[in-house]
Amino acid sequence: MELRKEYFADERKDDLKEIGQPRLRSDALGHVTGTTTFFADRNLPGLLHLKMVRSPHHHARIRAIDLSEAGRHPGVVRILTADDVPHNVYTILTLIQVGPEDETVLATDKVRWKGEAIVAILADSERAAHEAAERVKVDYEVLPAVLSIDEALAPGAPIVNEYHGQNYYRYDSGESRKVRFGDVEAGFAGADHILEQTYGSGPIEHAPTETTGCIVVPEGSGRYTCYTNTQAMFFTLDNTSIILQMDGAKLHMVGGTVGGGFGGKVDVIVEPIAILGAKLTGRPVSFIYSREEEMQISSPRAAEKLVIKDGVMRDGRIVARYVKAYIDAGAYSRHSPYGAQKSAAHFPGPYTVPNVWVDSHCVYTNRTPSSAMRGFGVTIGDFALEVQMDKLARLVGMDPLEFRFVNAYRDGDMKAHRQPTEGAALIECMQEAARASNWPVSEKYLQMSSARREG
Amino acid sequence: MAMRQGRGVAAVNYPTGMNLGGDPTQALVHSTPTGNFMVSLSSVDLGQGMKQIMAQICAETIGVPTDRVIVDTADTDTGPHCMGTFASRGTHRAGNAVIAAAREARQVMLEVAAEELEVNASDLDTDGAGNIHVRGAPQRSISIFDTALSAHFKRGRSISGRGMFLIPRSYPDAETGAMKPSTCYAHACTVAEVEVDDETGEVNVLTVKNIFEIGRALNPKMVEQQLVGGSWMGISHALYETTEPYYPSREHGGRDFNEYLMPGPGDLAQTEVIVLERPAADGPYGAKGPGEMCANPQIPAIANAIFDAVGVRIDTLPITPERILRALKANGTENAGLVAH
Repeated sequence: MELRKEYFADERKDDLKEIGQPRLRSDALGHVTGTTTFFADRNLPGLLHLKMVRSPHHHARIRAIDLSEAGRHPGVVRILTADDVPHNVYTILTLIQVGPEDETVLATDKVRWKGEAIVAILADSERAAHEAAERVKVDYEVLPAVLSIDEALAPGAPIVNEYHGQNYYRYDSGESRKVRFGDVEAGFAGADHILEQTYGSGPIEHAPTETTGCIVVPEGSGRYTCYTNTQAMFFTLDNTSIILQMDGAKLHMVGGTVGGGFGGKVDVIVEPIAILGAKLTGRPVSFIYSREEEMQISSPRAAEKLVIKDGVMRDGRIVARYVKAYIDAGAYSRHSPYGAQKSAAHFPGPYTVPNVWVDSHCVYTNRTPSSAMRGFGVTIGDFALEVQMDKLARLVGMDPLEFRFVNAYRDGDMKAHRQPTEGAALIECMQEAARASNWPVSEKYLQMSSARREG
Repeated sequence: MAMRQGRGVAAVNYPTGMNLGGDPTQALVHSTPTGNFMVSLSSVDLGQGMKQIMAQICAETIGVPTDRVIVDTADTDTGPHCMGTFASRGTHRAGNAVIAAAREARQVMLEVAAEELEVNASDLDTDGAGNIHVRGAPQRSISIFDTALSAHFKRGRSISGRGMFLIPRSYPDAETGAMKPSTCYAHACTVAEVEVDDETGEVNVLTVKNIFEIGRALNPKMVEQQLVGGSWMGISHALYETTEPYYPSREHGGRDFNEYLMPGPGDLAQTEVIVLERPAADGPYGAKGPGEMCANPQIPAIANAIFDAVGVRIDTLPITPERILRALKANGTENAGLVAH
């Protein structure tokens, strides 16, 4: 790595003593010698193991659940169903007033995705819990499922999630979060070229080394200590308090070093049910995802579909940008309404475009709920935007890097969401990229500055 | 049938912190009679090294070496509230809270030292090595250890501070989308070089040159580890990863690392990272949050490089050999549509 101090040198004092120093991180030795403690490094007498019975169907009505055989299985201590969960229908973002509650902790009358949790087995060993889970008999009436964004939004599509009433999240702005800036139609009318393209992506797994999990210990004080690898301690505590209708003062969340998060440990899935298990049995409970659960059950990055339509002039200026973004939330909201909203704020990217129209949709399908992942709402949008930029450059016969200089945002430029640009540095990154990769760029672009426009 | 080379570029920005704000974090700092400082938080270290960065921020602000600072975090009993570690917010939000707490603690520390040295607190400065001295007269000094002892046993003062950082929540206008999503943005530009086998569709990423503008590199070595790791993740997103290879079909989903494709060490490109620093007005020592952004620009840069190499556009991620071969076939001949850079 190289620090290029000559850029923005007049905006920075490099006279600090600790900041800017490449100090050895205090936890490095523990990590590389395998002595760092993670939440699962606990051996507790009487520990119970929690295993979920999960839906084999994308969408089905539950007619009946027969626990008799599972309950008799050796080693089984307790089986939890929806009736045991005090506040069974919840949504994570209720803490920031993003509703409605739309997800069951344990399924009641329906399952809405393949893998949805229905019944929790608590047993003396992992093996007993696995075996008992296979002995739970669920009688399903399979329902038609919608598996893609297009199917979900087609007229007459089956409703994925009745708590929403339609297969998309309804914002105060309607079926999408909207950004309207300038007059996009006038922009297209005056453009030399118009290019409309569609982009897509599949779901992506966080792939942390350490899978999601927690160990709960009921304390003599009547409190519950939950050793967890959550990325957000109080998010977990507050949601658990709501789901279990338990005074937050009874909950003690203890984290530590997490073996990789990437957004996959922001959902609150394992802790509430494990704490409930500890409460109802009086014994410590471990609920740790298998690798298969981490990959197919825990929320992935959402699949996305983006339609981008641009109007561009022969000289390379983008004069209008229209974006329709669709985020496949799967069966439940989790963090996806937030992600779609973040996506709306991000367009049209780091470029100054006078006419912008954005509709960003959060769409429900009968799939594993997607949620937070490193850059969600932006990562796939940037893929689409930057491939589109390459296509536009070639369309007008310009070099792709020079084309970006023409359109790059600068300090003071008004963004589509109506905030003036501050602290821009795209131009300088591109100048340095041209230098580092010997990418030939006209001198006038190398003279540009993010801080001011020339002339 | 040939190996074809191409290169592509992409440029991006990324907001720091929870979208639309409203995501507070608090910090507490206190000295112990050993002259060490304790930072109490409830933020989570995800392995990115948050504890180390908070220690350096506290040390810089108080004026002591970093190894004099201990960070206790991720405990809801002992740490004040933090929204969590996500949205590229950890360093920015918690760092600002630590600065505020450390400033308050430093002020008490200087007041106690001033009483011991019989001068005004405003005339004192720290040397960064564990001592407080009169500005311009370094021989008139007291160690921070002695200052901590004096505060506790003699002066009855608590060298401590409270810190809070909150960006008030912004609510988007329903009609226009007018809103304030973030207060500062990190930037990046990536140039990728690839080699594509037009017989197998396989892509070999040869080099990735990343330029990142991150406000301030608080610890350059840790910046490097995060940016290099992010760059690898970007390559992985571009060419390999998905839980549903034939989305929207739910078949063929990977269940373990044998089935879920990711690049191995031999698949990783020669990676270069160059860092620029334009301090953010509200960043802790100017820092922005590049934790998420650093995995983004490689994806389109590689997609554009593949087009440059073989003249096909793969507009759906991941860009698998199968998708490339199908596109080449649809193009008529493998050599059609080549556009030289």
